[in-house]
Amino acid sequence: MAASAAVRSAVSLTQRFVRVSPDCSICPLYRLNACTGATDGFTAPSRRLRTSIGVWQSGDSSSPEEEERVVNVVYIDRCGQRIPVQARAGENALHLAHKHGVDLEGACEASLACSTCHVYVSSEHYEKLPEPEEREDDMLDMAPMLQENSRLGCQIVLTPELDGMELTLPKVTRNFYVDGHVPKPH
Amino acid sequence: MKMMRMINLVRGSVMKIHGLSRASRCLAAEGGVRGLSSSSGPRVCIVGGGPAGFYTAQQLLKNVINTFTQTAQHERCSFHGNVNVGKDVTIDELRQAYHAVVLSYGAEGNRSMGISGEDLPGVFSAKDFVGWYNGLPSNKELRPDLSCETAVILGQGNVALDVARILLAPVEMLKETDITQNALEALAGSKVRRVLIVGRRGPLQIACTIKELREMVNLPNTRADMLPADFEGIAEALKDLPRPRKRLTELMMKAAKEGGDDKAEKCWGFRFFRSPVEVIAGADGKRATGIRLALNKLEGSGESARAEVTGQLEDVDCGLIISSIGYKSIPIDPAVPFDPRRAIVPNEMGRVQDTAGLYCSGWVKRGPTGVIATTMNDSFDTARVLIQDMEAGKLDLSVNKPGAQAITALLQTRGVRTVLFSHWEKINAEEEKRGKFLGKPREKLLDVDEMLKIAWS
Repeated sequence: MAASAAVRSAVSLTQRFVRVSPDCSICPLYRLNACTGATDGFTAPSRRLRTSIGVWQSGDSSSPEEEERVVNVVYIDRCGQRIPVQARAGENALHLAHKHGVDLEGACEASLACSTCHVYVSSEHYEKLPEPEEREDDMLDMAPMLQENSRLGCQIVLTPELDGMELTLPKVTRNFYVDGHVPKPH
Repeated sequence: MKMMRMINLVRGSVMKIHGLSRASRCLAAEGGVRGLSSSSGPRVCIVGGGPAGFYTAQQLLKNVINTFTQTAQHERCSFHGNVNVGKDVTIDELRQAYHAVVLSYGAEGNRSMGISGEDLPGVFSAKDFVGWYNGLPSNKELRPDLSCETAVILGQGNVALDVARILLAPVEMLKETDITQNALEALAGSKVRRVLIVGRRGPLQIACTIKELREMVNLPNTRADMLPADFEGIAEALKDLPRPRKRLTELMMKAAKEGGDDKAEKCWGFRFFRSPVEVIAGADGKRATGIRLALNKLEGSGESARAEVTGQLEDVDCGLIISSIGYKSIPIDPAVPFDPRRAIVPNEMGRVQDTAGLYCSGWVKRGPTGVIATTMNDSFDTARVLIQDMEAGKLDLSVNKPGAQAITALLQTRGVRTVLFSHWEKINAEEEKRGKFLGKPREKLLDVDEMLKIAWS
């Protein structure tokens, strides 16, 4: 509990995780002895495959069963402000963000052609997401400040077991790098 | 296969933003937002209507806006196309009418190879070739001759791979995109079967990204044809590479090793350690029939490795040569500082050097590299810096500025009428209508006069 809380707060702080090579010494999971042993550093430990319930569900549904499929999600925007929202299972994290006025860009409209909807997923929920397909990994390669828990928002489909998930928007500004580091353009 | 939509701007565009949000929840509180005595609020002019211009605008408007269309339709934003800044109106005139001006006009020129024969028929810049199949009015007469078997592309960035993909993709794939009809017809009759993509350095320095490489590898009816010698020592270096470079290199090596379907009619491949030295003309001296390449060796390693000459040369027969070695920004106005060596507007975090109230974002600020996310973040940076300067009192906001009213009046006296966003929407609707007829997302209008006629109808 404390470990995951610490990871959550570490993720939302302005820390520069240069997650481009498996350097365990800078990973909060490792430092808190919470790492269950990533293999090559990029496949999350012990993933369980879950089928997602519906993909592009949107619009209102009024059946009583739907209430059981409410998923609470918290977005943490670029200023660190927490925005709790309620979603329905099957909704997509990018569309959900737009519905609630969260400033998450989706330049290619969820077609896996950009990395502007890049988010950090709270670690215990990250493990519950299905593996990214190759095309998502290709786009994540382009995301500045990639971390172990990086995903593209447009590929996250909400399921009841993701209840409580926190999605943090990366802060990527030059002002942010105190040592003057400039992210590589490509 | 999706073609990137281009907001085809007619001779540049000027986007104006009137007023700025007073509550800026994303800035650290530094005594709150400074009171603005100007009744209309700060006025900002953005020069350029591409991603950089729009993302800068989004951040200045501060509300959550998710699409460029929403930005253009925002009540505090007005779009004015058909304006050639530097010719129809000067930067100084814009600075008089606005509290701040942001240059986001990108890179519309290209770097030249600087070799003899570069101007021969058969040799094109990637900028022009891409403009041709993408429907840029100024490139509609390009008429590239596609009757040769081999095409050589100089440069190995994403633009080079885009060109290769368009040259080799099956017509069935292309005809459902918004590629222009005349490019589609030319490509349907193309005899090009082999495309070589040439770079000065080695596989570990290649500038393209994995998505584009994957699209080449997955192209139907094509196989990869590379030189094993180019990949010596690469496998050993893999383990120390950062993730993006590692995945890219692994895919490249896989393609080089497996090749693909032997029965495939078309082939493509990278050629490394080669620099162009001369375009070879045919017997009549009238067109390109080949290219002479110098062989290099690598000094150093990683991103900073340098190509050094060895003295060896190699000739490649080809009838189509496309130089894809980089776009280049051009100076827009003598009043704006310009660094000719780097071809950017010199700036410090988006503040143009020695010029208060003038800012820049996107390629004209950083150089012509990076993916959309890079430009997006960069534009957000410039917007934040501009807002900071306003709040810190570095711009005199107590002075009333007339904004677009003054500029459109000025343009009118010069016989220039602007294209508003509602006019642009008419052009857009017409293109979509024509496209529907042909089973495409749009059929682009290629004639500026025709566009204007429709816009102002």
